[in-house]
Amino acid sequence: MRVALLGFGSVGQGVARMLGEKDLPLTLTAVADSKGGILDPEGISIPEAFSRKAKSGSCGRPKVSALDIVSSDAYDILVEVTPTNIDTGEPAISHIRKALGLRRHVVTSNKGPIALAHRELTELAGKKGVALRYEATVCGAIPIIHTLQHGLLGNEVKALFGVMNGTCNYILTRMEDEGLTYDQALGEAQEMGYAEKDPTYDVKGLDTALKLVILANTVWGMDAGIKDVKVTGIDLITPEAIQLAMDQETAIRLIGEAIPSKDLLRVSPRIIPRNHPLLVEGTLNALTVVTDMAGELTFIGKGAGSIETASAVIGDLLYIRERYAGRP
Amino acid sequence: MQVSMKLEMKDTPGQLVSVLEPISECGGNIIAVIHQRDPESESDTLDVQIVLDLPAGRLPALIDQIKERGVDILRIGEERLLHKRSLIMIGHIMHTDISDTVDQIDRTGFAEVSELSLMMPAINERSSARITIKTANRTDMESAVTILRRVAGKKELLVVEPLEEWA
Repeated sequence: MRVALLGFGSVGQGVARMLGEKDLPLTLTAVADSKGGILDPEGISIPEAFSRKAKSGSCGRPKVSALDIVSSDAYDILVEVTPTNIDTGEPAISHIRKALGLRRHVVTSNKGPIALAHRELTELAGKKGVALRYEATVCGAIPIIHTLQHGLLGNEVKALFGVMNGTCNYILTRMEDEGLTYDQALGEAQEMGYAEKDPTYDVKGLDTALKLVILANTVWGMDAGIKDVKVTGIDLITPEAIQLAMDQETAIRLIGEAIPSKDLLRVSPRIIPRNHPLLVEGTLNALTVVTDMAGELTFIGKGAGSIETASAVIGDLLYIRERYAGRP
Repeated sequence: MQVSMKLEMKDTPGQLVSVLEPISECGGNIIAVIHQRDPESESDTLDVQIVLDLPAGRLPALIDQIKERGVDILRIGEERLLHKRSLIMIGHIMHTDISDTVDQIDRTGFAEVSELSLMMPAINERSSARITIKTANRTDMESAVTILRRVAGKKELLVVEPLEEWA
């Protein structure tokens, strides 16, 4: 199947690299970033896209835009991995809407469209008989969406909770291990490339809230938005609070939790026993799903990273190929 | 109500069972049985410690039944406030009247603050405190924590709560 890639940042480059290195039944026919694009129905050269990006700052040419690619006939699956816009979801929502309208499958790592327009976009995909998959939006390499949609079929999911933001988890882990202040640990995370220059989105809990909304809408068909989540971040946590937790063999972690029976969507720093399965170190993510038949399941893995997130995107692409290839 | 009792019984088969029976008849739930046999002991008696959860008011009846079976109760202790939860507060805890914060829990009559650890890094900086609340049951605990959340909210204190076990 032919793949068009929108976005050539960390995730886009990871996907392109894996499509180039692995012998997968997928052909990359178009790629674009914010400055330009390239399109060839026979398949583009992935090494050339990387060298153009290194030389000119864009993987393509200025005269080819993302919208040109979305409107073209050159692809079967659109991979939308442009950066998340938490307020409008654009331009990704428009890209995805357009592609689905043209009966093309869509795979995305972009939280904006799925958190803001999940119902509209899934209904459109259903109407057009194509797939919209978004494994990479939540917890990076952990196949949580696939597990919820397929692996746990027949189960009633009663609750979901976990550590869904590697930046916050890194900061809290460093405060705990080294006695750093919040500002010191944040500065270190920024130096390591784990935190953005403006860390608000992560440390105020908004990223976790978006992921929680995506999971809740996926599992329970809610039409929740970020405004429905009660959010408290980690930016007010003191080294003394961490010490007081450690004195009782516990730790503080930022937890997102969804419990529909209590009408609860909440992101907040919480006290967790040291031996608890959700107590992961560094940038790891961990997520517990509570179900009626399977009981409690906990998943731990890398929540971010170029290749780790590409793993989720590639999984979605191959799932679509397996289900839809050869169909008219 | 949680009760712990130390019993002395004859070291013969069936003795322990004869004591455990009345506990369930009284609606009690056995939490632990600690059975210590001293191999050096020449005595034909055995000390057993039992921890149980018992509905209020049933203890006198249970004591009578155990005595009827010829078992001596060496010691008995009750713990009224069985549920314990520790939370961490962050903010200007002293300047927002910490004794009032504690008092709002204590004066409920169903909950009390059993521990408070306060850390103050420097004057004018936010302090942190771990507060442990005890109640007789889970419902009372939820009410006490709701009060603490409300008081902390008014005083602009951040409350970090434990992640509850999924029951």
